[in-house]
Amino acid sequence: MSRTNAAARIDIANAEALRRMLAGDPWLIDVVAARDVLPRLGQRRILHAGPPIDWARMCGPMRGAVAGIAVFEGWARDLSEAEHMAESGAFVFEPNHHHDCVGPMTGMTTPSQKLLVVENRAFGNRAYCAINEGLGKVMRFGGNDADVLDRIRWLTTEFGPALGAALRQLGGIALKPLIARGLTMGDEMHQRNVACSSLLLRQLAPAMARTSPGGEALARALAFIAGNDQFHLNVAMAMGKAIMDPARGIENSTVVTAMCRNGTDFGIHVSATGDRWFTAPVEMPQGLYFPGFSAADANPDMGDSAIVETVGLGGFAMAAAPAVVGFVGAGNAADALAITRLMREITVADNPEWAIPALDQQGVPTAIDIRLVVETGITPTINTGIAHRKPGVGQVGAGVVKAPLGCFTSALEAVAETMGVA
Amino acid sequence: MPPEPTGGPPAEAATRLLADGPSVINVGLESFATELAGQDRPVVHVDWVPPAGGDPRLARLLAKLLT
Repeated sequence: MSRTNAAARIDIANAEALRRMLAGDPWLIDVVAARDVLPRLGQRRILHAGPPIDWARMCGPMRGAVAGIAVFEGWARDLSEAEHMAESGAFVFEPNHHHDCVGPMTGMTTPSQKLLVVENRAFGNRAYCAINEGLGKVMRFGGNDADVLDRIRWLTTEFGPALGAALRQLGGIALKPLIARGLTMGDEMHQRNVACSSLLLRQLAPAMARTSPGGEALARALAFIAGNDQFHLNVAMAMGKAIMDPARGIENSTVVTAMCRNGTDFGIHVSATGDRWFTAPVEMPQGLYFPGFSAADANPDMGDSAIVETVGLGGFAMAAAPAVVGFVGAGNAADALAITRLMREITVADNPEWAIPALDQQGVPTAIDIRLVVETGITPTINTGIAHRKPGVGQVGAGVVKAPLGCFTSALEAVAETMGVA
Repeated sequence: MPPEPTGGPPAEAATRLLADGPSVINVGLESFATELAGQDRPVVHVDWVPPAGGDPRLARLLAKLLT
């Protein structure tokens, strides 16, 4: 039986989206000040994770991060004043995705912050992500006390410039082979980045030694990377954004180009419909909690980090990371294999360059097709951290969350409309 | 008029079914398969749901966009 004309046109468009994803050649090349590369990021403009949201609908940790970053930028004297300013409309809020950026959890991006730069050398586009702050009480989980702000100042004034100098000295670091190796070492690049962080450090350390201004500063920088198992997460996120952006705007393509959440809504972009958001209420992660915390403390899911799943990593690569499946409370090693196999049901193809040893070198499932999501009811599995629902507390656990089906259903109807199919 | 039963292969199959018991392929609701497995009957479960969860409007749309 021949395929319908519409189905055939979508297949051709999706093949092109897949081709662009697989052809991507992402390199970590620099660290820059946000104000220098994001021309539309003006004073009192705050970029956040997820689809658009205003102060009134923001969750607790997002509000905490907004207050903290406003103090960091010098727009408010203290957290209380920052909250009052936000309440009175003193800040403009926009999604990171509108500015070639991504950010984990609350995802704050403001002019003074230093951003990682990933360049997709196959297509010439760049994507940006703030530097990972480390574990514990951090702004991405809504932390905003003096220690949190001091760490961001150090990342901005000392660490960021040192990392940027090293990357420029190296001529950049190719990320595709780094990811390929990390997958063979137990990373899925969302909740487990210990291998890729270590591999990055091995490449960076000699260059940082050559370009560092002094011994103690170098020691602090190296110790920071070495002490942060999630250092590579933000690199992976900027990489995901750099890979996905060339796949945007392909007429008739039903491939998902972004998935993200702001703690209130989950949003997706689909290639054929460009920058149009399709949203649904975000779900609560199911996972494990740190001692002293429980599900009653948890905030609904947050962050642009699901860009990692959008390129076939994270929950889609769970089979590569049997250690993670227990950490996020999603079962055992056999369950990890099953989750990756399940994600194959909703993707266009496997990525042969990112192979998973435990699946006989099968590539990670790549290019989510909203048609397959709606047909099967299987929604993307996303590995995630869990923030406390109150501002200022921080991370309380880690788990797995499912993307809500409603986003995919409304996106499918919109694509059908653009194709004149009712 | 339906044809008269003639014996032969269908009858042989029926005899085998009575003698050996059924081999079952279960499609959809897993509880049916679980019930049979609990009685030591051979059963293969196929994990299947209707397209779009049985929503007829979305199923019609998918028929045009996917097949």
